[in-house]
Amino acid sequence: MSVLVDRETRVICQGFTGKQGTFHSEQAITYGTRLVGGVTPGRGGSRHLDRPVFDTVREAVAATDAQASLIFVPAPYAADSILEAADAGIELIVCITEHIPVLDMMRVKAALRSRPRTRLIGPNCPGIITPGACKMGIMPGSIHRRGRVGIVSRSGTLTYVAVHQTTEIGLGQTTCIGIGGDPIHGLGFIDCLALFEADPETEGIVLVGEIGGNDEEQAASYIRDHVTKPVVAYVAGVTAPAGKRMGHAGAIIAGGKGTAEDKYRAFDAAFVTTVRSPAEIGRAMSDRLKRR
Amino acid sequence: MTRTRYARFPDQANRAHPQAVALTPTAVSERRSIFEPRLASLTQIGENRLAARTHHGTVSMNLHEYQAKAIFARMGVPIPSGSVAHSPDEAVAIAQKLGGALWVVKAQIHAGGRGKAGGVKLCRSPAEVRAAALALIGTRLRTHQSGPDGLPVSAVLVEGGSAIAREFYLSLLVDRSRECLSFIASPDGGVEIETVAEEHPDRIVTVPLPSAASGVPGYVVRILAGRLGLPRDLFPSFEKLLAGLQESLLTTDASLIEINPLIMTESGTLIALDAKVTLDDNALFRHPDLAALDDPSQRNPAEEEAERAGLNYVALDGDIACMVNGAGLAMATMDLIQLKGGQPANFLDVGGDATAGRVTQAFHLFRSNPKVRAIFVNIFGGIVRCDLIAEGLITAMREAAPKVPVIVRLEGTRAEEGRHLLSQSGLPIEAIAGLAEAAERAVQAAGGAA
Repeated sequence: MSVLVDRETRVICQGFTGKQGTFHSEQAITYGTRLVGGVTPGRGGSRHLDRPVFDTVREAVAATDAQASLIFVPAPYAADSILEAADAGIELIVCITEHIPVLDMMRVKAALRSRPRTRLIGPNCPGIITPGACKMGIMPGSIHRRGRVGIVSRSGTLTYVAVHQTTEIGLGQTTCIGIGGDPIHGLGFIDCLALFEADPETEGIVLVGEIGGNDEEQAASYIRDHVTKPVVAYVAGVTAPAGKRMGHAGAIIAGGKGTAEDKYRAFDAAFVTTVRSPAEIGRAMSDRLKRR
Repeated sequence: MTRTRYARFPDQANRAHPQAVALTPTAVSERRSIFEPRLASLTQIGENRLAARTHHGTVSMNLHEYQAKAIFARMGVPIPSGSVAHSPDEAVAIAQKLGGALWVVKAQIHAGGRGKAGGVKLCRSPAEVRAAALALIGTRLRTHQSGPDGLPVSAVLVEGGSAIAREFYLSLLVDRSRECLSFIASPDGGVEIETVAEEHPDRIVTVPLPSAASGVPGYVVRILAGRLGLPRDLFPSFEKLLAGLQESLLTTDASLIEINPLIMTESGTLIALDAKVTLDDNALFRHPDLAALDDPSQRNPAEEEAERAGLNYVALDGDIACMVNGAGLAMATMDLIQLKGGQPANFLDVGGDATAGRVTQAFHLFRSNPKVRAIFVNIFGGIVRCDLIAEGLITAMREAAPKVPVIVRLEGTRAEEGRHLLSQSGLPIEAIAGLAEAAERAVQAAGGAA
């Protein structure tokens, strides 16, 4: 088992024929992902990477029965692409694109509220991977190994560090989800924790957070009340200086400082194993699983 | 005697809360709204700058007050009459054109706290306007938000004076936790909202807007007006003002619009005495007119240079320069250095692919910082292979020739080949495989644990 994606997941790519879309689609196909086609408006009817290209997501879904879409469309058009995927009935939308205007994402999230079956990961994220089965994103496939730990993270390369350590120490991963760093985004820590808690194959969960917002604090209280599996958390940004402020009213509304220390305190209060060094993530998870 | 006050006027900037409370005696006992934010645990407010830089969605561009007020004027939000001046002559001409016997001259910089710092001057004659403009234009103004070097003042805003009866706080922003727009209001205007939030959280009200479409629902107007304690006959003009703020935000892709203070004049009209607009960088592609308002002089020069080179750089006080790919890993690397007893000299994300060009630029940046005693390069090669990154590093080091020890930790795809290339290069590079070991070595190389 795994969460959200597996060997059977039928994936299309929006922005398929662009530079990023082409490169990462190739990588996904090599990895074994069931990539069944792609969408580039105006290129419908042609073939790319030996897969069919469609003008619209609706046409792609009708022809390929795709369930998931990986988006590499440039930022000015990315919100429109997410909405198009949702309209076509795509159940899992993974948007890698960064720099999407925040008001665009606000409108996307408002529209998705009427579609509870549609799940969005990202934007501005590395994507999702179930090792050995399905890679939807820009993460290096080679560092992953099929295994026992679920990983959820707000960061890109820092996620790879956690993945690499759990691979090296012999634990491996069930599924790794990069939820992205944008202020308004799709799946959050809590959604992913719930998925990992329900997945019989996932024995432990690694959560990698960052300063800013209060997602980690909310995740901590969710873990305390709803998660029975061992959780290891690392939060980046302890040394981040309190310098110039930007939009201080934004922080007021978050109801907290959003500092790394606040987040560590919240995790400690929820009996989550916290590590202060990013080099200790793998070992801490391994120790927790041995104690079980 | 008519009590006339000015926003952030020096002798008023330090005023304590009791004065404001006395102005609105009924506000405290007002019933709590269901929209009340959770503020109990709040001790200090402020997303710090690094957080803003590491989350692309919140990277933003500030406007000057006079630019923000020009947007307000277009959207029907009432502002004082006035105009921007780049010279004392221009300032006097504006004052004479405005007429009256009272003017305010305000330094235009991208930082709050101007009043306390002497950046807002009340003038009673054109000669005083000239003196105020002369004292501000061409200087650097240092406020508690500007950083130790202050920010350059190249223009002042000259406005006619207003007779203030009451001061309020009002803002509209992108509310990341509720994923919508929210209004925030408080009857305690003219003071820092952080202070209000800390000391009187019950005096701030937050009202989320149910939709991103235009139009402010009647109940939103009533809740906000009620919390401010506005007289009923002002509700229609307040509603227009709120709608104008919403239009301002939506049409400019702003992430924050703040009026502090919003005033009620003695003749009973509402005026935005100050204006702060923060734009979403990511949306500037659809606002070329607003992008042209960017003022790079208001940013740190080293950070400005880094930005031009495509680097995400924040200067810090330590002696270990860090070069990392990815913002999260860059923060984690700084944390690790501190954990091992050292101090990072900077935050630097060279981008996920760490190209030779950007790596070279980064080495040049490090050379210009005399405090740097060691360089720690921490790269996780994902899609980009470590052997290619090593080649880039070697090229960059040959060109930039750093004079301090360089410790490199390469991990990921083809890491062993990369480390081999580094050790064969003949350059003074220490390639270390383990993350913790490499950080320890960097701290040691910089002169040991502090």
